[in-house]
Amino acid sequence: MKRKQGVIEIKNLAIGYSVKKNKKIIAEQISSTIFSGEMTCLLGENGIGKSTLLRTLTGFLPKLSGEIRIKGKEITTYSEKKLATLISVVLTEKLEIKNMTVKELIGLGRSPYTGFWGSLTKGDETIVENAISLMKINNLAQRMIHTLSDGERQKVMIAKALAQEAPIILLDEPTAFLDFPSKVEIMQLLHQLSRKTDKTIFLSTHDLELALQIADRIWLMGHENGIRSGTPEDMALDKSLNNFFARKGIIFDSDTGLFRIENEYDKQIQLIGHGQKYAMVRKALSRNGIMASRQINSEIQIEITEGGIVVNQFGKILFVAFSIDELLEKLML
Amino acid sequence: MKRQTFSFILIFLSIILFFILNLVLGTISIPFSSIWNIIWETGEESDIWQNIIWKTRFPQTLTALVAGAGLSISGLQMQTVFRNPLAGPSELGISSGASLGVAFIILLSGNIGGTTLSKLGFFGEVSVSIAAIAGAITVMAIIIAISQRVKGNVVLLIIGVMIGYISTAVIGVLKFFSNDEDVKAYVIWGLGSFSKVSGGRVYIFVWIMITLIPISFLLIKTLNLMLLGEGYARNLGLNIKRSRLYVITCSCVITAIVTAYCGPIVFLGLAVPHLCRGIFTTSDHRVLMPAVTLMGASLALICNLIARMPGFEGALPINSVTALIGAPIVISVLFGKRKNEIN
Repeated sequence: MKRKQGVIEIKNLAIGYSVKKNKKIIAEQISSTIFSGEMTCLLGENGIGKSTLLRTLTGFLPKLSGEIRIKGKEITTYSEKKLATLISVVLTEKLEIKNMTVKELIGLGRSPYTGFWGSLTKGDETIVENAISLMKINNLAQRMIHTLSDGERQKVMIAKALAQEAPIILLDEPTAFLDFPSKVEIMQLLHQLSRKTDKTIFLSTHDLELALQIADRIWLMGHENGIRSGTPEDMALDKSLNNFFARKGIIFDSDTGLFRIENEYDKQIQLIGHGQKYAMVRKALSRNGIMASRQINSEIQIEITEGGIVVNQFGKILFVAFSIDELLEKLML
Repeated sequence: MKRQTFSFILIFLSIILFFILNLVLGTISIPFSSIWNIIWETGEESDIWQNIIWKTRFPQTLTALVAGAGLSISGLQMQTVFRNPLAGPSELGISSGASLGVAFIILLSGNIGGTTLSKLGFFGEVSVSIAAIAGAITVMAIIIAISQRVKGNVVLLIIGVMIGYISTAVIGVLKFFSNDEDVKAYVIWGLGSFSKVSGGRVYIFVWIMITLIPISFLLIKTLNLMLLGEGYARNLGLNIKRSRLYVITCSCVITAIVTAYCGPIVFLGLAVPHLCRGIFTTSDHRVLMPAVTLMGASLALICNLIARMPGFEGALPINSVTALIGAPIVISVLFGKRKNEIN
């Protein structure tokens, strides 16, 4: 494994907007580092300043104070042209171009390197082809952009960012508006990219579950004390995640390192058995306000057997259910 | 790619064809062989025919050619910068500015100077051009100054439309206070014409356009990046503010000069880019720019020919023709696009 490097170092950064002499600070005291060869996910509520932070890191918005060092040098010392070869972006703004093929669009990613008329050389073409095959979109290459689905378009935009050959890729909510399989696909592709190409990938997202499972590092952006960052696992251990998303109805399951919805229980029941069926019965019961586990002693016991789900009361068989649906129906009576 | 080359050749041939037809057809029909002789000075032709060709038809055709090309380029630039299919040279108030300038000169001259400008001949013509350019440049300066301050393109477009309304209002007031003769002169200017410019001044106009058109070609890469929207364009190293300034200035200067010489010509700048996008099925300005230039020239020649058809002479102003041809083109291209999308 390559030694990772801190590509973007942020110190005491304050972000926001300044209109004339009035500064509107959106977030401050941000200090952290983004590493190469890793996928970092930025998490936080709506309106907390995720997009503002991304826009500041891209150089679209001037920072209000503090330091942003990219590859060791302050961001403001780079020219726009130079920055274009260091950072590429995938934004939330929707393209409204008609009559342009996917390949032409990805080719535009070469703009910082092309000449006066923007024509692609053989070398540029190869880079575009590589970007296309890395994103596995060879079948889309000749399609018109306006005919693509949201998920396909997102992959094309990432390919454009790849063609730009910048070591850093910043993505603003790349998985928003996608269906679940596409979300997973995009996240996995990005993660693979960070490994294969040693690029620094930084994205904001609301897909908490996915981020916790796929990201190498997460940044939590809260109302106070700037940003906390670390691997999802470390963040689970030191309870940062717990505190961060602590809210009624959501609990952090420290065993799995994932979130689940909290149910209010009004009954407890003993559940005997093991395996997937055990877990599923337990899940179904919990949704219906019944806490079920091996440790509980109750009048009624549910036993998972080879044949079916056997329900006992004081050691006598009440009934046998063959599906969870049936079990729930009979239990409720 | 092959289809595009084919389309280019076809458009180019149509320019040659309509250029010749513009010389041949008119109230007095001059045979092609005589035109050949007149242009290459290879034979004796009557003085009347020589005069018609050199003093009227040739300058007019040349004016139509470069004006059409210029307006179409300007329209394409506007549509790309504002990312709005309805943007065109007149939408930013540039034409209105020119009209206002001309209105001041034509409508007030009768009241203040005592003589109507239309009777002043050459001097009148020059002062009308100067007034048009002054008006257009004033509006242009306002638009450019605003474009450096406001962020959204929609805001800029709305400001352009508002300037248009204000000029129309002021022109309305001016019309009310001026005499009938002046009002008529102004209305005729407003109808647009490729034959307004006379004598040697045509060649000044042509030379200005021949220098401006290649300059606008220098902005091709910028325009291609602008297609991606502000965020992506900036990320690819484009200085948005400066690029917007260049493109808007270029587009405005072309519109201002064409308007000064030909009056406000509507619809060409709007329709031709749409037509070319439909024909060439691309948004790449490396193709669109030359396509629009040639197509604009060709379409202007066709419009000029129709306006000058025997029987219509003088009765059919060029603006009516461009609108009658332009509007159906835009509509049919939009319908055609739908079909393409479904397939």
